[in-house]
Amino acid sequence: MLFRLASFVAVWVVPFLIAVAIIGSLLQRVNLFDRFIEGAREGFTLSVRLIPYLVAMLVAVTLFQESGAMELLSRGLAPLLERLQMPVEVLPLAVMRPLSGGASLAIGAEIMERLGADSLIGRIASTMIGSTETTLYVLTVYFGAAGVYRTRHALPTGLLADLGGFVAAVLVCRLMFL
Amino acid sequence: MIGYLWAALILLSFLIAALRGDMAALTPAIFTAAGRGVTVALGLIGTMTFWLGIMKLLESSGAIKLLNRALRLPARLLFPGIPAEGPAMNAILMNLSANILGLGNAATPFGIKAMEEMQKLNPHGSTASNEMCTFLALNTSSITLIPTTVMALRASAGSANPADILGSTVVATLCSTVVALIADRLLRGKVVD
Repeated sequence: MLFRLASFVAVWVVPFLIAVAIIGSLLQRVNLFDRFIEGAREGFTLSVRLIPYLVAMLVAVTLFQESGAMELLSRGLAPLLERLQMPVEVLPLAVMRPLSGGASLAIGAEIMERLGADSLIGRIASTMIGSTETTLYVLTVYFGAAGVYRTRHALPTGLLADLGGFVAAVLVCRLMFL
Repeated sequence: MIGYLWAALILLSFLIAALRGDMAALTPAIFTAAGRGVTVALGLIGTMTFWLGIMKLLESSGAIKLLNRALRLPARLLFPGIPAEGPAMNAILMNLSANILGLGNAATPFGIKAMEEMQKLNPHGSTASNEMCTFLALNTSSITLIPTTVMALRASAGSANPADILGSTVVATLCSTVVALIADRLLRGKVVD
């Protein structure tokens, strides 16, 4: 039921938004196509402007994974995260999630293949991924677009939010699914 | 801050690879990753172009104005320095709405646009403004009612009901957002770079 509702929204929301944009603009009698192009024109420059930021960050994160530093970090953080009641199976996910979207999705998929998507751990992993973002990517792309490189407290804030989401995911899933 | 993180990630990688006697993989990894950075940016061009066009239409249709009025109070509380009906606020509200609806590929273009518009209002040049940091806090903590990616992941992993994590995700994402907003306020002015 819930899944059908969510899937329904997921399928309809984009066409709905586009229809609202077009019909609304027709009603306002604006020059529809000119306006669209005017907005769309910025897409290229804004995307290309991100290249140096993305290259810089992807190189650093990839090196961190390839060198084995990532693994050491998860091992180092494991006792801390275990104290927060986080199951051992999702520790690598918690460490990877803020750094790399693709890699954390892969870890999530692997956990669900191995332990079952409907197991408690599978649900915790799903909730962790669903309730947080790839902090480093968001930071890189958004500040990159603005040309801002003094990011003040944004990074610690994002990491704390991830931690809050993870702890909440574990607690809520334990309450709901156990 | 981000510069130090960048330096730390790279130098630690070199150090640890050296200690493990495993330097050979690093040089090729650097250039593959550099190429991937370009691919990711180029991959954004299409969705970015399309959604920014649609956003212009949503602006001229008056739909954003309605959204803007409906959310005026929370918007003013969260972003006191951003004019209520300007392009920056429009893009911020579009980004947050797209996030809530689980529209990842629309949220990014709107978010990038929002940052660009906020930068025009930012008197500090290359230093992030308070509003930018709050906006980042909301985006890095994720605010979503429909976690589309995870549902797809669960479905392909053979879940009997991929959406049974909707409830737990909403609660957890609210917690992470509350933590983000509190941290944003408490750390403001405490971290200097």
